[in-house]
Amino acid sequence: MEKFTEFKNIVTDPYTYCRKYKEETGNKIVGFTCSYTPEEIIYAAGALPFRLFGTDEGIHRADMHLQSYCCSLVRGILEEGLSGRLDFINGVVFPHTCDSIQRLSDIWRLNVTPKFHIDLVLPVKLNTTSARQYLIDVMEKFKKDLESALGVKITDAALSDAIKLYNQIRKLMMKLYTLRAQKPETLKGRDLHSIIKAAMIMDRQLLLKTLSDIVEQTQKAPASKMKPETKKLLLTGGICSHPDIYDIIENAGGVVVWDDLCTGSRYFEGILDEKAPPLEAIAQRYLDRDICPAKHAGLTDRGESLVQMVRQHQADGVVFMLLKFCDPHAFDYPYIKEMLERENIPCMLLDMEEQLPAGGQLQTRFETFIQIL
Amino acid sequence: MKKQISDLLKIIGIFLFGKFKKFTMRFKKSKTMKDIMLVYYSEAKSARLTRKKVAWITSGGPVEPLIAMDVIPVYPENHGAMIGASKMGTGLCETAENMGYSSDLCSYARADIACATVNGGPIGGLPKPDMLVCCNNICGTVLKWYEVQARYFNVPLFVLDTPFCHTGYSEETARYVRSQINEYISFIERACGRKFDYERVKKVGHLSLQGQQLWQKVLDTAAHKPAPLSAFDAFYHLALIVTLRGTPEVIDYYTALVAKMKDRIARGISAVPNEKYRLLWDNLPIWHRTRWLYDKFASHDACLVADTYTSAWCGTMKYIDENNFIDSMAEAYTRIYLNIGVDEMAKMVIAMIDKYDVDGFVLHSNRSCKPYSFGQMDIQRIVEKERGIPCLMIEADMVDERTFSESQISTRIDAFMEIIKERKKHSSSISMAKE
Ligand code: SF4
Ligand code: SF4
Ligand code: SF4
Repeated sequence: MEKFTEFKNIVTDPYTYCRKYKEETGNKIVGFTCSYTPEEIIYAAGALPFRLFGTDEGIHRADMHLQSYCCSLVRGILEEGLSGRLDFINGVVFPHTCDSIQRLSDIWRLNVTPKFHIDLVLPVKLNTTSARQYLIDVMEKFKKDLESALGVKITDAALSDAIKLYNQIRKLMMKLYTLRAQKPETLKGRDLHSIIKAAMIMDRQLLLKTLSDIVEQTQKAPASKMKPETKKLLLTGGICSHPDIYDIIENAGGVVVWDDLCTGSRYFEGILDEKAPPLEAIAQRYLDRDICPAKHAGLTDRGESLVQMVRQHQADGVVFMLLKFCDPHAFDYPYIKEMLERENIPCMLLDMEEQLPAGGQLQTRFETFIQIL
Repeated sequence: MKKQISDLLKIIGIFLFGKFKKFTMRFKKSKTMKDIMLVYYSEAKSARLTRKKVAWITSGGPVEPLIAMDVIPVYPENHGAMIGASKMGTGLCETAENMGYSSDLCSYARADIACATVNGGPIGGLPKPDMLVCCNNICGTVLKWYEVQARYFNVPLFVLDTPFCHTGYSEETARYVRSQINEYISFIERACGRKFDYERVKKVGHLSLQGQQLWQKVLDTAAHKPAPLSAFDAFYHLALIVTLRGTPEVIDYYTALVAKMKDRIARGISAVPNEKYRLLWDNLPIWHRTRWLYDKFASHDACLVADTYTSAWCGTMKYIDENNFIDSMAEAYTRIYLNIGVDEMAKMVIAMIDKYDVDGFVLHSNRSCKPYSFGQMDIQRIVEKERGIPCLMIEADMVDERTFSESQISTRIDAFMEIIKERKKHSSSISMAKE
């Protein structure tokens, strides 16, 4: 579909897109680092929320600030910040999650050309009453901080509108994900990946419109029967910046039917209560949503929800995509794996260095895995 | 059945040994660290016999309420340090890796997770916990680590969530932490099955603060030239302020230690025989190489007189209100050294550079500890800019020996010391010229 090309272009060259967007609309752009960012508040302030993905090429500036044992995501984001290539953003917001992001915020504040810098120090616990109250307080504070940084007033009406818009976007995303599982031929993993990524970058009104078109077209497309021997996989991990992986899996005789990624279902999961006070509704989503392993909501909830996800989408196996040096995910891996094994759900571990292992080698690994399913 | 009996006999043995030690200690003029720790661990290990509860708690966690309720606190991080110092870390880390834990995770956590399943290590494992108390003021690792242990031992876990203070302590943070202190107290009440002792916690709080003041005094003695104690001594004596904070033992021990250091000063005894150069250490000790590093620096007449690590246990006294311990501990525990922004840490480093009048700064870039190590390169730059002293960064791991490259680090220390010597020669010839 040609619509995909639009997304792909944005994802391949987000900076050009943003510069142009800024020029045309005069709107401000706010960078963010993690799916715990209340984009609705940024949107309500009339700015474009823009996810910083970082780079994995030509890193040298970040090496002056971060030792070798830091995850590539943090390193890549810092490199972009230091390089000056992000000069079009008006400021950044750092939600607190893992130890590495926590220090990234400090290093950024001290080294990247001063623009506004907001730390969103979220609670680590997400399952108590006092944490809920604190989370709401933090959202209030963020709203105020953003107002003074951008010199605007964020009204409740604007927040409500933002919430409605994001609800629509999330519902469409969810629909698209469901359609993908039904029509893997029409909607390739790679395409969906660009859509999700573009969704964190582009003008959200335009996104909404384009998404509706795609959903409509995909719904109309004839059902492409999945080959009976095709195996259904579920991806789990933090963020995935390797669109190639979808092609490799598809070539190896598998298809991704769902995921638990921050560049995936975690991004659109959770619909906000449009009747509740806006900031409370926003906070509530983070309390209800499946948690990031850097947060705490219980001892086995991530494992349980993964098992449930596998059942719900009738996946045949799970692929763990662990980024090297990512502590929160690495700590959860052994117990979740054990839990899956107890439920007879096969899984494989993909240790991701900065670069994926060579394509052919990876395909063989997937083929081997898919054969045992 | 047989196993249960032999376990019981073992515990009785440990219990009697502890009693005996405690008894003989009464006749000693000054108690040694080893004695105190032996008694402490044997009491903890025989807790089942004395019907006391055992809580595992993070090193920066609020221990005072536990002590006020007669719960025995046990510190897996202190255990990790013991494992590292006895060079048993690598083996245990490998065990954890075989369990599926990545070799990039904190080696305290890896060693402890492995140790719990095999009862290995220098003291045959820690006593089983009745509850876990995790305060994330030091890192996010402890949260994940304690979750692992809570699943393994199937005991309740309390998480004291201390929001990170990038640029200050906000009102909403104060409210949140304060309300968690109440939740913490209810948690302890549930675990102990009785009402919390508010009177007793005042006394414990008092002792805790006093212990911290004395610990600061111990460290302060190193400001003297030559320093009567080095950072390596501090690493050793630290165990008490970590594990027995809030008890009278700490007071006795550190009071004696301060006296001893003053005596050394009076008699001109220094930690490094011929101290010519004074250095500051950053980050955790490299537990498996403390002796080696001491010797290495001493061979250059250099003494590591102070460090950012051991001073973290007395760094937030200014926030403690002696007459209102429970309320003020929220802030004190939230604003500790590792829970603040890199720039504030750099300020504290510079204050130490001035206070101890050091000639150089050695930074241990610790693969295990991301919150302590990321930002170090910026701290180094700030120090170089503000104070112009030479800095050396060495990469290692506090427990896991596999990443330690002795010959490379040795060469780098030699080169670093040459720079310091040159500078000092130069600056002393300038000051002589001035005279
Ligand atoms: S894994 Fe956690 S820290 Fe990383 S982007 Fe997702 S929510 Fe944020
Ligand atoms: S959660 Fe993992 S991948 Fe994400 S920033 Fe932290 S360490 Fe890196
Ligand atoms: S060494 Fe660092 S990462 Fe490990 S428990 Fe201590 S503070 Fe946390």
